[in-house]
Amino acid sequence: MTRLPSGGRIDRNEALTFTLDGVQYTGFRGDTLASAMVAEDALVVAPSIYRGRPRGILTADVTEPNALVQVGEVLPATVVELVDGLKARTLSGIGRLELESDGATYDKKFVHVDVLIVGAGPAGLAAALAASAGGARVLLVDDQPEPGGDLLADTQPLDGGPAAEWAAAVHAQLADRPEVRLLSRSSVFGYYDQNYLLVLERRTDHLATTETNGISRQRVWHVRARRVVLATGARERPLVFENNDRPGIMLASAVRTYLNRYAAVPGQRAVVATTDDSAYQVALDLLAAGITVEAVIDSRSQPPADLMAQVSAAGVEVVPGSVVCGTTGSSETHRLAAVQVCEFAEDGNDGRSGSGDSGFGERSFEADLLAVCGGWSPDVHLFSQSRGSLRWDDAAAGFLPAAAVQAVRCAGSANGVTDLAGCLADGAAAGIEAAALVGRPVAESVVALPEPGRRRPDGARVAPRPVWLTPSRNGLPNDWTEHFVDLHRDATVADVWRATEAGMRSMEHIKRYTTIGTGHDQGATSGVNAAGVVAVALGHGSTSSPGDLGTTTFRAPSIPVSFAALAGRDVGRLHDSARVTPIHPWHVAAGALFEDVGHWKRPWYFPQPGEDLKTAVLRECRAARTGVAVMDATTLGKIEIVGSDAGEFLNRIYTNAFAGLAVGSARYGLMCTADGMVLDDGVTMRLAPDRFYLSTTTGGAAKILDWLEEWHQTEWPQLDVAFTSVTEQWATIAVVGPRSREVIARLAPAIDVTNEAFGFMTFRETELAGAVEGVPARIARISFSGELAYEINVASWYGLAVWEAVMAAGADFGITPYGTETMHVLRAEKGFPIVGQDTDGTVTPYDLGMAWIVSKKKDFVGKRSLRRPDSVRPDRKHLVGLLPIDPTELLPEGAQLVAEGTDLDSLTGQLPVPMVGHVTSSYHSAALERTFALALIKGGRDRMGEIVLAPLGDRIIAATITSPVFYDQEGARRDG
Amino acid sequence: MLLISCPWCGEREEPEFGYGGQAHVAYPADPEALDDEQWAQYLFFRANPKGPFAERWVHSSGCRRWFNAVRDTVTNEFVSIYRPGELP
Repeated sequence: MTRLPSGGRIDRNEALTFTLDGVQYTGFRGDTLASAMVAEDALVVAPSIYRGRPRGILTADVTEPNALVQVGEVLPATVVELVDGLKARTLSGIGRLELESDGATYDKKFVHVDVLIVGAGPAGLAAALAASAGGARVLLVDDQPEPGGDLLADTQPLDGGPAAEWAAAVHAQLADRPEVRLLSRSSVFGYYDQNYLLVLERRTDHLATTETNGISRQRVWHVRARRVVLATGARERPLVFENNDRPGIMLASAVRTYLNRYAAVPGQRAVVATTDDSAYQVALDLLAAGITVEAVIDSRSQPPADLMAQVSAAGVEVVPGSVVCGTTGSSETHRLAAVQVCEFAEDGNDGRSGSGDSGFGERSFEADLLAVCGGWSPDVHLFSQSRGSLRWDDAAAGFLPAAAVQAVRCAGSANGVTDLAGCLADGAAAGIEAAALVGRPVAESVVALPEPGRRRPDGARVAPRPVWLTPSRNGLPNDWTEHFVDLHRDATVADVWRATEAGMRSMEHIKRYTTIGTGHDQGATSGVNAAGVVAVALGHGSTSSPGDLGTTTFRAPSIPVSFAALAGRDVGRLHDSARVTPIHPWHVAAGALFEDVGHWKRPWYFPQPGEDLKTAVLRECRAARTGVAVMDATTLGKIEIVGSDAGEFLNRIYTNAFAGLAVGSARYGLMCTADGMVLDDGVTMRLAPDRFYLSTTTGGAAKILDWLEEWHQTEWPQLDVAFTSVTEQWATIAVVGPRSREVIARLAPAIDVTNEAFGFMTFRETELAGAVEGVPARIARISFSGELAYEINVASWYGLAVWEAVMAAGADFGITPYGTETMHVLRAEKGFPIVGQDTDGTVTPYDLGMAWIVSKKKDFVGKRSLRRPDSVRPDRKHLVGLLPIDPTELLPEGAQLVAEGTDLDSLTGQLPVPMVGHVTSSYHSAALERTFALALIKGGRDRMGEIVLAPLGDRIIAATITSPVFYDQEGARRDG
Repeated sequence: MLLISCPWCGEREEPEFGYGGQAHVAYPADPEALDDEQWAQYLFFRANPKGPFAERWVHSSGCRRWFNAVRDTVTNEFVSIYRPGELP
């Protein structure tokens, strides 16, 4: 056991057992998995991802690059709160996605606040106290189970007592303020436009399973804040030297956290290597815990006098102007065994100084723990995500926040402040500023700040001296494959050299080339060091600094977030909405298979026992062409267009004329975008002089309503016209086939159904008879199959009853329900295009061979484009028919076509292979007793009878170009 | 995510809105009078400034009305939001 006999913020009365890689250990309530591992002398984790090198716990926070564990999801052991019975498995850099649902609930919540404060360390707590004192609504978010941040690991008193007690007291005070909300175990992971931030709250993982019932496991908070204060602290950097990755090498701040917060002892014999003042306190804390400190290695030739005096008084040697230049490890435990030290010359950051000197690195200290401090990087991740700019500060040796773009400011060590009193004051100032800006001002005198127990003499602080690259006795930096820059990615100084020698100069390029900074920590432990090494590599000399390079772009999520949390409750049935027609239950009962069209569930085909798609569709087609068949067409988009200028408006939108359409008549229309490409089609009925009923494609309904609104509101607001979606209000039943007239006659005896009285493209308003007696119906003679056909429109709540009445009325004719597949075959046999299948936004009405529908007299949207040079090219793709030479071969839709005789050999043929077009629709036809297809082919209408080839990898299908109208070319069947 | 102040409904979240590209590009009064280059200018050419940009938005999931806005493309701040026919 390496647990201190007392101290720490663990509950020694509650022992917890857990297993790590199958071995049982014990920890306490209040431990993280990592702190319990440290206390159990189990800080060696899985080998590194690519090199298989032994690794140990490096940090005590979410940036941990080594100690990845699988605990259900994949997490750094440093963020896993210990619970009884926890089972963890160490991972080499990469995890495995759980395929099974964890059964937990995830949810989300939306809040608006005056001030969002990120981080409940000293600066964040001071900011929250100040910001909320005037009644502003404040949300304080912190990722730890208890407030305090760095104070939880601080042995120095604050406000006359333990620092953590001050934090708890402030937290309690804040909790009493009605407008303050405190989120612990919560991390802001995304900072978006206009102060929109996402927070992940971990709600149950720290609880026993008996306590989690009814609580969502995680919650994503969507926060819109008027002001944001980022008190996110600073991250300590590792040092880049040879063999800097051994287990037992740990960030100095992490050593302090394990020791003081968890009473967990990471080693018995320590060396401290630093470039800054902060690590001296770590040495003092180690000494206070009874641990041997062999030496403090300081890169600065003049270490701080006050701190040096304190450690020297304890008998610890301070080695100034020196760095750790190598380590050796135990072959048995893989842990650190000894630390080699060399002088760090005045021009030390040139990458070579000292190497090759006799006696280089001969000074050695035995140690199983090396606490490293490569300096401090203010945690500017979120600030940078908010698009705030950064500046390199030589005195701080870090990137500091510069100009904010959004309503945000950083406070405390995130703002470059290095002492506790300064952090408290900066936090309070940020809170007071925020309170004033949201109109809840607070007087400075209201905010009482505590007095740190110990202050250093003024001017005692010595500026950090960063070490970007420690020399080695072996070779040159391009050989330094054991100087690790990014532990998570196993990337080294040699990798950086390879990138710069390949000509790369930008950190963004070098990041992608070396993968430095692409691990789950997003470069938190490696980014600044990498920029420092690159600066050395690029020959910036002894003044090399990451400021020469800048950072890579910070992006959300700044911490690992599970997909389950992001999905929330939008899973399973709630993942996407499904629209069904009123007739849907009948289709289900009839055994229909469905296809998704937009959000709609449409019957695809209605197989009878033993039928597959092909045989069912052939049967359904035969019924429509020889008897009577029926389809649910409710999903077609329907829009009512009302107003005295409705006809004029449609004239401007459709390629053909509508203003002159007679009341009681219907007309097929085509609309184009302004560039002349086909946008949508459908049939429009004129219900009254000022009232039209327009149908759109099923998938296009919402888009077309938007389109009409856009032109009306933004171009022709003077026109008296209004639009209403009535798709949901009407059920539409298509009754198709030579015997459809008899079915309609039975259903609607009040109307004369003869061809003379009820002509093609007209409609009647009537009342139905029989089982649906009195139901008002609008019946139109519209055909999308070329057959005699009717569309019955009724209020949607009558849809199912009328469908059943149609089935009953046609029963003795063998009336056959059909789905979208048969509809597609029937229309394709007639050469009717489907917008979105046979068109793709690059097809004009002329390309479809529909010159007849393009008005020469009036303007319409897109008309001018139809005589653009590109629109009249003779080699534009035309819609044509294809008949495979072998009538049993079915061309795959989407197949690319080449001309007959094209050399397809990649060695001798032309590359790329000249293509003439592609197949857009392809089916088996019952009426033709063969396969057929529609295709868009360059100059197709001028190539009738030519052969084209569809090379399909394993075979080639040859087909003849034909007219797209395969069936009933004279149109004799539509009148029955 | 943008917070957009619809001139009729007030502040709403961005997903309620549709984007309509550059504002004040009127449909030509007489398209047939334009030569190919002038028509192509109308069809295809739009400004892409770094800084203030007048653009069109529609409150698709709200009042369904179009409006204009000047947005700074660097900061994403809305400088001005105004109804059709109004000035920025």
